[in-house]
Amino acid sequence: MSNKKALYERPLIQRINTGLMNKFGTKTEYAPVTHIDTFSVKDLITQYGSPVFVLSERTIRNTYKEANRAFKTRYLKVQFAWSYKTNYINAICNIFHQEGSWAEVVSGFEYAKALKNGVPGNRIIFNGPDKTDEDLRSAISNNSPIHIDHLDELYRLTELAVEMNKRPNVAIRVNMDTGIYPMWDRFGFNYENGQAWDAINKIILGDKLELIGLHCHIGTFMLSPSAYATAAYKLSDLALGIKQKFNKHIQYIDMGGGFASKNTLKGSFLPGEDTSPSFDQFAEAICTALLNAGFTDKDLPLLILETGRALIDEAGYLLGSVIANKRLADGRRATILDFGVNIMFTSFWYNHKISPAQEFSSYTEDTVMYGPLCMNIDVIRDHATLPPLKKDDHVVVHTVGAYNMTQWMQFIAMRPAVVLLGIDGKTHLIRKRETLENIEMNEVMPEFLKDFKIS
Amino acid sequence: MNLLKNLAISDTGFVFNPATGDSFSVNPIGLDILKHLKDGKSENEIRKHLLESYQTDKETVEKDLYDFFKMLDQLRLTEHD
Ligand SMILES: Cc1ncc(COP(=O)(O)O)c(C=O)c1O
Repeated sequence: MSNKKALYERPLIQRINTGLMNKFGTKTEYAPVTHIDTFSVKDLITQYGSPVFVLSERTIRNTYKEANRAFKTRYLKVQFAWSYKTNYINAICNIFHQEGSWAEVVSGFEYAKALKNGVPGNRIIFNGPDKTDEDLRSAISNNSPIHIDHLDELYRLTELAVEMNKRPNVAIRVNMDTGIYPMWDRFGFNYENGQAWDAINKIILGDKLELIGLHCHIGTFMLSPSAYATAAYKLSDLALGIKQKFNKHIQYIDMGGGFASKNTLKGSFLPGEDTSPSFDQFAEAICTALLNAGFTDKDLPLLILETGRALIDEAGYLLGSVIANKRLADGRRATILDFGVNIMFTSFWYNHKISPAQEFSSYTEDTVMYGPLCMNIDVIRDHATLPPLKKDDHVVVHTVGAYNMTQWMQFIAMRPAVVLLGIDGKTHLIRKRETLENIEMNEVMPEFLKDFKIS
Repeated sequence: MNLLKNLAISDTGFVFNPATGDSFSVNPIGLDILKHLKDGKSENEIRKHLLESYQTDKETVEKDLYDFFKMLDQLRLTEHD
């Protein structure tokens, strides 16, 4: 190829809508992202295939330290418990455990995972509406805090305590009006209508279970710190009431998770980077409420936080490639990518930021971004403003660390590898790309279906 | 294919259609193509020009020109006789 020839770029023409605010993309979105930390996107794809999830160890640890600092500088006794369902790849869990996090689990499967990772039983918080007898027995023997969701569980747990001749450590989950609607009232016992007090009375007067804590989880992707202040006041009110009525000290108040990450919710005008409250804002609301609730110094409860998405979302990226471009009947451009909604579940509620992974001129084009699935719902972004990507170009999807690597589905294609970008300057494969054998491992072929002949 | 006769094309990549008041922006290659169209060059001549002047190949030019011309139609910047 002659050097004298100019660099080629696909010819573009676009209408200029003067005076209209562009609500679909931000300028920064076109800036190419060729490296994550110090690692080249191109090299990562060459080594691990496309698509591939990558997680930055540095960002995880820095985010954790930032959250921890925000709370610990305002309140003495703070403990994070890693919410397993947010991302339970063991290597990721262990980074949080190395930083000092306990585990927060919502199923027997997650509970077993935490135990296997080496988390001491009394540092595993067992949440959720579905705990089997086997789960409860295991949690009782390991002294794990069991967070009771409903009365049926309370009764069953009492029976098991008698049967095992043990006194399980329990908390109740409380739901309440925090000014956020719709209110999450399906989990736990309601504060306003007296259900919570009812459960507390049953536990303490029944004298078979040890009430050590109070728990709430008021919602997810919460943008309002003041809702947490309300929740902290209400749980404190219960704790102080228990002290007064039964002279019983409540060891901890668990505020659950729910802090918004820096993602951009669909339909919101401004990017999440500009609108999501900081850890400092959430910490200020919660800690001020606890400190002003009326506890004596020695009765101040431990503050537990089950923060999930806000601790991991920014550390996660999905690297992928362009399969094809096409022009839709109405003239819009469409770009087909090699990753779909089955591995990017969160594209149903976020407008994930997508950056090109190579240099371009500053010309851009509005485009719909589709996944590779042969399904109409497979839309990654309804509308993005990007430079003219061509087949085999790479893209970087941002802020995908939370929930995608747990809610992903094996569907039509294999699930990709997951790679940790280490602080040691090396890449570490933490989950292999799936294979046909992995997927067929659990299938069973009846004898009479083994053969066929197609004429 | 012909461009609308009184289309104003600036050297900086702005295109103005005085008949409708619409403005457009084009990237440098798009501008190159529009200028050739304005000079009355045929599609074949433009194809040849692109192949000679840019680091690209026949298939890409074929595909992209087809798409670009479709866009010009879509944006009502062409007239067909
Ligand atoms: C009980 C409980 N704790 C913590 C979390 C983590 O929430 P988030 O990822 O919104 O911080 C959840 C998630 O829904 C939850 O149900």
